[in-house]
Amino acid sequence: MSDTSEGTGGLSYDKSKRQWPNELNVLAALILIIVIFEILGAIFMQQSLLFDSRDRFDSIFNEARLRIIIIQVAIIGIIAIGVTQVIITAGIDLSSGSVVGATAMIAMSFAQVAEVSGNPNPKAIFGDWALDLPVIIPVLVGLGVGLTAGAINGLIVAYSRIPPFIATLGMMLFARGVAQWWSLGNPVSFPTDAYAVIGSGMNPVFIFLGLALLFHFIMNYTVYGKHTYAIGSNEAAARMSGINVPRHLMLVYMIAGALAGLAAVILTSKNLTAQSGMGLSYELEAIAMAVIGGVSLFGGRGSIIGTVIGALIIGVITSGFTFLRLGAFYQEMVLGMIIVGAVALDQWQQKRAAARS
Amino acid sequence: MSEYILETKGLTKHYGGVHALVDANFTLERGEHVAIMGDNGAGKSTFVRQITGVEQRTRGDVIFDGAPVNFAGPLDAREAGIETVFQTLALADHLNVPDNLFLGREKTKFNWLGPFRLLDYKSMREDTMAGLVKTGVKIPNIKNSIANMSGGQRQCVAIARTATFASKLTIMDEPTAALGVQETAQVENIIRTLKEQGESLILVSHNMRQVFELVDRIIVFRRGRMVANLRKEDTNGEDVVSYITGAKTGAEFEGAA
Repeated sequence: MSDTSEGTGGLSYDKSKRQWPNELNVLAALILIIVIFEILGAIFMQQSLLFDSRDRFDSIFNEARLRIIIIQVAIIGIIAIGVTQVIITAGIDLSSGSVVGATAMIAMSFAQVAEVSGNPNPKAIFGDWALDLPVIIPVLVGLGVGLTAGAINGLIVAYSRIPPFIATLGMMLFARGVAQWWSLGNPVSFPTDAYAVIGSGMNPVFIFLGLALLFHFIMNYTVYGKHTYAIGSNEAAARMSGINVPRHLMLVYMIAGALAGLAAVILTSKNLTAQSGMGLSYELEAIAMAVIGGVSLFGGRGSIIGTVIGALIIGVITSGFTFLRLGAFYQEMVLGMIIVGAVALDQWQQKRAAARS
Repeated sequence: MSEYILETKGLTKHYGGVHALVDANFTLERGEHVAIMGDNGAGKSTFVRQITGVEQRTRGDVIFDGAPVNFAGPLDAREAGIETVFQTLALADHLNVPDNLFLGREKTKFNWLGPFRLLDYKSMREDTMAGLVKTGVKIPNIKNSIANMSGGQRQCVAIARTATFASKLTIMDEPTAALGVQETAQVENIIRTLKEQGESLILVSHNMRQVFELVDRIIVFRRGRMVANLRKEDTNGEDVVSYITGAKTGAEFEGAA
């Protein structure tokens, strides 16, 4: 039975009718997973996963492991920020991993030094003119390549009736081809010192968290964010309300592409080399982070914070398995189960919430 | 100022060879509530779609608020002051009440930021409250998303849109078709509130009881033509039914049908 006769015109906020934010569930899952690893660690390794177990006085946490956990998810996390927005519009971006590959090769070609230990750079792609360029150029090239790939995705998705899955699947194959064609499969190496700084140390983490904050703000407090949710929730309604849906979708895919491009810049800067196979299956990991973080593949639901927590869950699991000295194959099995479990749990909860109200 | 808020002259719509609407001459006074009735396929929805710009008419004039209008789309109509509550609800499930009310015409700050301009949540919330109070719509918590609301509450939100945006004319296309008894009663109450406030309304409905309770005048469509224009006091249910089924045709429309 409905309760339309109750309430007072929305003038009072009925606390009991307030919705439970989904991010808290994801956070609870993260804490649960940490507790499980702590227990397993105490039993089998006589060590703690996250807390300092050597009784030093100056620290509570095991900083080294915390650092590893977040560094290993930071770069894919940046991609996941873009993918989250795409999924919220009820789309999907399968191309981000390959775009990372193509962008890595192209951006790195503009970041190379002229000389390696006194000799001409053996891996120089363009010859002299493209060597020792100011660091801003490879960064802009990287962003530009990502943006272009995203724009093509967006154009196809928004203005044709080709579904996002197919459009970005095409881009996935195409961009991987570009990555291999660029230097005929050879790696591109030896960037300038300035370029190498971008991805060194904790920089990827700062960039990841900075972007997460920025896009959390954008998704919640700007027209862009509101329209992104509206399109994913009910595209027809968005259209009827006067939102220029194709132009907006275009923008969303461009942002996702640019973030993939940026991830490639950071990745090559961190590794000091670019290879055509870079970013392989990153798109799936990014999607996994979003899905674990509560982003609905049907669109309209999810948040950047959720995705960041989803990324941390993946980081903790990866680290936890290494900590327990279990092989990587168990890790992937468990991750697979967690992804399906997360979606199943989410759907069950949605059903329950709908039944309650 | 013209005494009519809306007037159509010879409004006609052909879909290829199908004459869905033929020579509709319709007037609506300011503050008047008019019902449009008729069998399925009689041209009710076609009529509404020509006025709201959802479709482009084949022939005829639409005069809104004293001036001839040619709406390129529903948005134009809305900007001019015609709010439509569609049969299919145009609401985004995952957004809350103010977000839905202001979808596509958000109040913003820092507009130089383009698509990233900031939403003025506080102002939108205040306007929403004012709109809900004005219509008497009751929602337990406007910050909740529409997804978890009942059909009646959702319909009320859709109707509250009209009140929030000081519209000149409200059109409702079978607003209670999918609602339960109690929810229908609430929507009807809102329509009464709109009447008290002097809003002009066109109500497309199949529900005879509802029509007789809520409107001043009843227009009947049959096979694309207007066949009756009845003041509520001069008619009754049986009479209206005979117009709908074709047993009777209004004197002034004899030649047409």
